[in-house]
Amino acid sequence: MQPAAETAGPAIVRITALRKSYGSHEVLKGIDLDVRPGEVIAIIGKSGSGKSTLLRCINGLEAFQEGALTVDGKPLLHDSAMAMRELRQHVGMIFQSFNLFPHLTVGRNVMLAPTLVKKRSAADAAAQAKKLLARVGLGEKFDAMPDQLSGGQQQRVAIARALAMEPAVLLCDEITSALDPELVGEVLRVVESLADEGMTLLMVTHEMSFARKVSDRVIFMHQGRVHEMGPPAALFGNPRTPELKQFLSSLHD
Amino acid sequence: MSIALDFGAILAQWPFLLKGVAWTLGLTAIAMAIGMLVGIACAWARASGPAWLRAAAGAYVEMIRNTPFIVQLFFIFFGLPSMGVKLTPELASVIAMVLNLGAYATEIIRAGVEATPRGQIEAAQSLALDRVQVFTRVILPPSLKRVWPALVSQIVIVMLGSAVCGQIATEELSYAANVISAASFRTFEAYIVATLIYLLLAIGLRRLLNWAGPRFIFGR
Amino acid sequence: MVEFTFWDILRNLLLAARWTVVLSLIAFVGGGLVGALLLVARLSKLRGAEPLVGGYVQLFQGTPLLMQLFLAYFGIALFGIQASVWVAATLALTLYTSAFLTEIWRGCVAAIPKGQWEAAQSLAMSFGEQLRHVVLPQALRIAIPPTVGFMVQVIKGTALASVVGFVELTRAGNMISNVTYQPFTVFACVALLYFALCYPISLYAKSLERKINAARR
Repeated sequence: MQPAAETAGPAIVRITALRKSYGSHEVLKGIDLDVRPGEVIAIIGKSGSGKSTLLRCINGLEAFQEGALTVDGKPLLHDSAMAMRELRQHVGMIFQSFNLFPHLTVGRNVMLAPTLVKKRSAADAAAQAKKLLARVGLGEKFDAMPDQLSGGQQQRVAIARALAMEPAVLLCDEITSALDPELVGEVLRVVESLADEGMTLLMVTHEMSFARKVSDRVIFMHQGRVHEMGPPAALFGNPRTPELKQFLSSLHD
Repeated sequence: MSIALDFGAILAQWPFLLKGVAWTLGLTAIAMAIGMLVGIACAWARASGPAWLRAAAGAYVEMIRNTPFIVQLFFIFFGLPSMGVKLTPELASVIAMVLNLGAYATEIIRAGVEATPRGQIEAAQSLALDRVQVFTRVILPPSLKRVWPALVSQIVIVMLGSAVCGQIATEELSYAANVISAASFRTFEAYIVATLIYLLLAIGLRRLLNWAGPRFIFGR
Repeated sequence: MVEFTFWDILRNLLLAARWTVVLSLIAFVGGGLVGALLLVARLSKLRGAEPLVGGYVQLFQGTPLLMQLFLAYFGIALFGIQASVWVAATLALTLYTSAFLTEIWRGCVAAIPKGQWEAAQSLAMSFGEQLRHVVLPQALRIAIPPTVGFMVQVIKGTALASVVGFVELTRAGNMISNVTYQPFTVFACVALLYFALCYPISLYAKSLERKINAARR
């Protein structure tokens, strides 16, 4: 099954035989995955299947015990703080609970990391922030405080903040799960435009129709393993394993 | 320059130290028992009493919380006799500790009481419980459970504060240390031993109260 | 028999209260500096810092301040240094304050949600940058009310310095009460003077707390 990738090339994220345990409980039981540049991958599965844990391993928020993980050619070395900082300039993350910095304005939220990490000048960072905020539809909110914004607006700011670091890969961890239903669409539209522009995306999501529409590949995780993998039409339309069939039918209840 | 410390002379006086510990714990136990009752009563007064009672309880609480314990003790022991109220050192200590813990307990318990979800009170009232029953059976036990860590901390603080009672010759632990140091001229060692005993008492008391609270006072 | 007027008593108490204020300020500022250093040591995960600082806090929070004052007074004498009341009182109160403040501040840092740390990490910020730009600004805001509130504890703590001979408000009260044979009046005044010092600070701390809570809702 060849996913229709926007750009071909060597894998931008390469995961080999990844295993992770919390104490004696193994949550990831050997994951193998290659992500091509520009690919959009949706990760679905029941809670507890390890989806978020896998995502958090990719940018080092969780450590794994066995296996290897390479991003943009750089291996993930959890012990080296410098290597981790280097990695995180290539991988951005959007969280379910937004995690905007409440004491900074929207604009400063977006500007903070580029000025500190990429040593950009305040003027350049501000200009970039304004552009990114306009891109997510919040150009006029530069001086607003996060608590003045709706959930959907805050999440879009979080996306702009992650994009300011110009990552090669964007990780989205259930980014619409904490939003009121009427605010979900505005966030998904931004994500879709990112996908159209060729951003490599790994999304853990419950929005099945969105996943079906936007992703090149869908991964169904079950009990810490990649249970089924394939293009959305095949996975959603023709589930092969009973676990996936049961998962998909439970969504329609 | 060598500092020769001799703890033997101090530890030889262990019966005297033990008596001091007994007094310290005894004072604390009484202060705790009565002080908590005072705290519950004043918390109720501040939360749901008439305006004059609220003000009176409030004045009591603020007076105690904004003055040092040693001054409260001296006022009770030295000041009251000139008004005709003569007290033994022990009685003065107990009264001071009760009033002190009572004031702090009031605020702690009041916070717990005010955090009671409205629904609890409404459910109790709908079951035709009277005001006293609602307070003692529905509001108070969960409130105490909520604030138990803070209350335990305060009791430990009062126990440690009781060291000051030795200054009016109440025979608790710090008084024992004073006497031993005067007799043996080993002042530093005496205070080190007493301080370590206090530390053990503080740790032990905290553990004991954390264990006892769920069992005897407010249910798991 | 010498008659002492109420004003005689009050005037002498007020003069002594100066030293209460001085001692309190020295302890609070000194304790704040030491406490801040201990906090930084703990946060930067210096080797052994956590158990050492943790033990330090447990020691000062689990023993009477009176004992700490005695130990400072007689301990300094052991080292051959002239046992000075000023040195003992400021040393003991400074260390006492530092232990409590560092614990208060540690609690404020711990109250910052983990998501803030994770967001900052995900943006490739170093530990120092995460602390300086994201966590500490937020922790500082919520630390102000309890820190201001602790000043009241420090002022009350200075009263114990009287036991090692430091002449502040409480000791003056003892001395004046012995001379005037009016302990009720004297100690009532002493209490009221402490109240006058502490209550405004308590009120201020409470209003700060209300402001912080209102902003968070």
